[in-house]
Amino acid sequence: MADEALFLLLHNEMVTGVYKSADQGEVENGRCITKLENMGFRVGQGLIERFTKDTARFKDELDIMKFICKDFWTTVFKKQIDNLRTNHQGIYVLQDNKFRLLTQMSAGKQYLDHAPKYLAFTCGLIRGGLSNLGIKSIVTAEVSAMPACKFQVMIQKM
Amino acid sequence: MNLQASWLLRDSQPMWEKDMMAIKPWWVVKGQDKKARNYRRWKIPPYLPNNRDLFVLTYGALVAQLCKDYEKDEDVNNYLDKMGYGIGIRLVEDFLARSCVKKCHSYSEIADLIAQVAFKMYLGITPSVTRNESSRNEFSLILDKNPLVEFVEELPAGRSSLCYCNLLCGVIRGALEMIHLTADVTFLQDRLKGDKVTEIGITFLKKLEEKKCRRKK
Repeated sequence: MADEALFLLLHNEMVTGVYKSADQGEVENGRCITKLENMGFRVGQGLIERFTKDTARFKDELDIMKFICKDFWTTVFKKQIDNLRTNHQGIYVLQDNKFRLLTQMSAGKQYLDHAPKYLAFTCGLIRGGLSNLGIKSIVTAEVSAMPACKFQVMIQKM
Repeated sequence: MNLQASWLLRDSQPMWEKDMMAIKPWWVVKGQDKKARNYRRWKIPPYLPNNRDLFVLTYGALVAQLCKDYEKDEDVNNYLDKMGYGIGIRLVEDFLARSCVKKCHSYSEIADLIAQVAFKMYLGITPSVTRNESSRNEFSLILDKNPLVEFVEELPAGRSSLCYCNLLCGVIRGALEMIHLTADVTFLQDRLKGDKVTEIGITFLKKLEEKKCRRKK
């Protein structure tokens, strides 16, 4: 629905705003990315509470990751994750070949150095979602050719 | 496309019965039929996830972050307004592409369009339009239900003059400017500040001069 355009524009404005109002030092030491990631974290926590209200209990970690890849991603980005890989020891790689927040930006290598800014919020989203499902994790993202991107989730054993 | 059009034309809150039987939304078709069956048995509408929650929660996180960064309420309000302006100048193109509206001939038509089509399309609500008796250019949109404040209980302590939804003002202002109409958009009443309803006032100012358009060519 039309809500997609709204969220896309708000997200882009947020990224621009955070970087515009930051000093040079903050940009360099990654403070801006942290801010965006923390916002995503908070949103992810709230969203996952809304979505999993009526779902059944998850059997294990893999079940939770599959939920993130299918239902969560479908609701947020209107498509599923294209590829989920794991080493069964706590590292999962989610690959999205046509990431919604990057499709409008470029289709190749142009603006590649600006891409990480636009992925920070989504990393936080995943981390927040997992955190409220009881999983502590670190989420990073990498882009080699837009609009495909990979999110790497490292589960932290407490 | 037909599916979208019928959603737009619906002017009252959809009844669950009508939804389940007439048009099957994609999440029902995708196989979560058991939720629908549960509803028919227990008559509780299932929670159907939508993208609006994402937008509302993101907006809330944004305002929270801004409150941390800026001490004065005016700074936060201005920042939200500027952000809304940036969104509005782009959103108007999306709106015009989706709605195929005809050319408007008066300010009141424009105000009606904003309230009944634009708000409905993006936020799912239809504010009512009232017109100021004294001047032809002033209109106000009265929002009974504001989806942006769905998860907000009250303004944080010490932030009594924060206009939480100032983004909306910026969006309307930016969108109107892209169609060559300058307007002053502010919040006249705000439910979060204790008023009964949320009211957005739009005052149309003088049209942008023709010279500016020619220069761009």
